[in-house]
Amino acid sequence: MVAQNIFFYAIAAGITFSAVRVVTSQNVVHAALYLVAVLGGVGAQYVLLTAEFVAATQLLVYIGAIVVLFLFGIMLTRTRIGRDQELTHRAWWSGLVTALVLFGVMAYALIDEYGWSKTPLPADTRIAHVNGSNTATVSDSVFSQYLVPFEAISVLLLAALVGAIVLARKD
Amino acid sequence: MDDLLLNQFLLLGAVLFCIGVYGVIARRNAVLVLMSIELILNAVNINLVAFGAIHGSVAGAVFALFVIAIAAAEVGVGLAIVLLIYRNRKSVDLDDLAQMKG
Repeated sequence: MVAQNIFFYAIAAGITFSAVRVVTSQNVVHAALYLVAVLGGVGAQYVLLTAEFVAATQLLVYIGAIVVLFLFGIMLTRTRIGRDQELTHRAWWSGLVTALVLFGVMAYALIDEYGWSKTPLPADTRIAHVNGSNTATVSDSVFSQYLVPFEAISVLLLAALVGAIVLARKD
Repeated sequence: MDDLLLNQFLLLGAVLFCIGVYGVIARRNAVLVLMSIELILNAVNINLVAFGAIHGSVAGAVFALFVIAIAAAEVGVGLAIVLLIYRNRKSVDLDDLAQMKG
């Protein structure tokens, strides 16, 4: 279990550093590449939480599709590739104050409610191995208990696809 | 200090969420604002999966998958809107989009 903790803190440090670089980098393409590091690190945390299927989906959908969409967006809007001083607002300090106050409130609430010793994750965090593997359990519940939200998401994805094409079409 | 604690994951989610909020407020480029929104959605996903793990339920993982699907839809439509703004105004600087300001 010590190894899990070492991995958790190493990955969390990487995620935090990369996330800060995403919002402070003066180079748009670098920000997109740091976003890849953040998304990969979050995927690794899912593996630590034994949610392998979510981790695989994170890699496929986020890093495989969404980051590529971002790079296309950067290319098509002809944002200057390379250093750019105009990426951060003059009043960036107001965002910093908001984020720090928000983090203070959330950290206080979380430590007050969950503390550092009260709620360890179950020693074997594997989720309900009734059907052998986590992926099987997830897919079973997606197609039984959560079928209606799943279908709603499918329709939403179709609507978003049609909407994106209609918006971006040239005529 | 030998077991993974729920609070570790929740605090990591809080850090990521706040960094994303800073990015949404402080960035001027619309594409970078969309990237910051992705950070916020990932923070929410960490919380969902962590709560699912501690309650021994798959609901957390299932809803994390739903959030990933919605994030994909959001980025698609968001980037289409950004492209449309770029085509009309030759700029994706959010400070230039103030014509509705009273």
